[in-house]
Amino acid sequence: MGYGLLFDVSKCIGCRACEVACKQYNNLPLDSDLDRRHESTNWDTPAPLTGNTLLRMHYYTVEKGSKIAWRFVRRSCFHCERPTCEAVCFAHAFYKTPEGPVLYRRSRCVGCRYCMMGCPFSIPKYEWNELFPEVKKCRMCAPERANIGAPPACVSACPTRAVIFGDRDALLQEARSRIKNNPSRYENYVYGENEVGGTSLLYISDVPFEKLGMKTVKSGQITDRPVPAYTDRALKWTVSIAAVWGAALTTLYLATKSPDDESH
Amino acid sequence: MANIGTALEGKGFKSYDSLFGGKWYFRWTPYRAVALGLVGLLVFAIFYRLIRGLGPATNLNDHWPWGLWIAFDDLSGIALAAGGFFTAFMAHILNAKKYKMLARAALITSLFGYLIVSIGVLMDLGRWYNFWRPLVFWGYHSWLFVVLWCVILYLNVQVLQLGHIVFERVNVPKLKKIFDQILPALFVVGIMIACVHQSALGALYIAMIDRQDPLWWSMLLPLFFLLSAFFVGPAMCVVEGSLASKAYKMDFHHEMPLLVPVMKIGMWTMIIYFVLKMVDLAYRGYFMNMFAGTLESNLFLLEIVAGVIIPIILLAKPNEQQTVPRIVTAAVLMVGGLILDRMNVVFTSMGKAMGGHYFPHFIEFSISIGLVSFLLLAYCFMVENFKIFPDEHEHAH
Repeated sequence: MGYGLLFDVSKCIGCRACEVACKQYNNLPLDSDLDRRHESTNWDTPAPLTGNTLLRMHYYTVEKGSKIAWRFVRRSCFHCERPTCEAVCFAHAFYKTPEGPVLYRRSRCVGCRYCMMGCPFSIPKYEWNELFPEVKKCRMCAPERANIGAPPACVSACPTRAVIFGDRDALLQEARSRIKNNPSRYENYVYGENEVGGTSLLYISDVPFEKLGMKTVKSGQITDRPVPAYTDRALKWTVSIAAVWGAALTTLYLATKSPDDESH
Repeated sequence: MANIGTALEGKGFKSYDSLFGGKWYFRWTPYRAVALGLVGLLVFAIFYRLIRGLGPATNLNDHWPWGLWIAFDDLSGIALAAGGFFTAFMAHILNAKKYKMLARAALITSLFGYLIVSIGVLMDLGRWYNFWRPLVFWGYHSWLFVVLWCVILYLNVQVLQLGHIVFERVNVPKLKKIFDQILPALFVVGIMIACVHQSALGALYIAMIDRQDPLWWSMLLPLFFLLSAFFVGPAMCVVEGSLASKAYKMDFHHEMPLLVPVMKIGMWTMIIYFVLKMVDLAYRGYFMNMFAGTLESNLFLLEIVAGVIIPIILLAKPNEQQTVPRIVTAAVLMVGGLILDRMNVVFTSMGKAMGGHYFPHFIEFSISIGLVSFLLLAYCFMVENFKIFPDEHEHAH
């Protein structure tokens, strides 16, 4: 079924080693003014991803029982099982690999930014300071690492094993068994199992996902069907409707035409 | 070129005047000078955007990757060009002869509308030199793929349709014969493509499920876009007609017997559109959302009440009681309502999901305004040099 990642919110200590590793491994520069285009933020305020930051930790203070607690949550590409970016791209620049990662072919990209509009998680970002910008997003360190089963840079850097890498089915089993073995600690929900038809980045958490700024199927904020299922449902009618309409127009033309009329 | 060459030899080439039907001219007025200045600004803006890139030339950002160009030039512009396919439908498919002159004026605005949309969209593409790649790599699973094909095909079809008008004056009989013969096929294919294109623009937003406000998001978005383009067709004919009759000192009252019936068709289309939209909202369970009092719901109400309900009421009177101000008011409301609807689809409905903020850059405004100025100048040139308007003596009877 392909590789995936499992992020355990309860294990993350918010050290941002994964962020640093991602930047270093992918040779990503710091953001310029053009990349950001949003108000400067404090270090602990959720800042969005940019064309130079493909992985970012978002920090939240949540009420846990009577206490206030910090929780840290990973923001990066979900590598959907049926990605919206692939479906909306009219040049087929995005594609889901059998190994799991969703990858981008820069040579085909036209720069229409439909992927950025369509992505249910607002993940793809743009190189606004480039003359011919590329769309940037996490590639799960494929092809060179993920394809041989080696974990991506962020996983290697994680000191608490809050994020682990492996076969998606095995990770799903692992997530379920962690919840089963410790039901008082975990929320009984694997994020990414059903969201937009399933994603390769899975989450389990000890606080409700809604408090971490994530839309869940359970709360009805996000669909459990792949987005391409919706667009395809409309798309498959196009040719037949156009053909019928064309035939109808021709019939109408022939029916209303007067034989002596030559002027237009 | 070879065709023209042989045609010239056959005729015995005498002078350029006999070939082009006399000198072509363009009358200069202060307004047109301003428009030309704006076209100059457009050229500067295009160079700036091409040399510096999207980042410095626009205020688009990671929150708002689509902005003014998509909302105004593309979605609104294409819908406003709908007068072209609407009148072609009336005049050439239903063969209602009295609409043939109306269809000519609408073809000109539609053709140049599509031309400026193509330029605008090309500027919006980050890697514009790759624009042909979808044609090779067949991303058939994307609605944008459908849009691209429709723009390219319809642009070509309209240029070929224009051939009929151009060769009325340019004296190349062989070419004129070819263009006249393929005309009926061009009208059928053209209307077919135009309808698919209008729907496809709406269908682009199907992928924004759960991100777009449910007041607008619907599986029926393509149908809503098609219907609204269809009813704004006659409205654009009225707006263009009243502007043109002012500019060229023609009597607009003469056009009323032509325009009132098509506005009635527009009214019935609006009624269908309105009922469908309400039923769809009720079916999806978001009917009460429009009374929530939020910015989104208020703009939705404005779009529906001012752009659809009031025009329906204005047009509901019997044909004999319709007056010029009444028809023009209805048409202006319909056009304004449609632009608001497209703006709402691009901006208002996506605001919550996208976050951040966006206000168009000077260069973005320059390109949009400059393109419209170019459209106006091109329209004036065509009208003054080719047979677009009916001759005055035809009005007499």
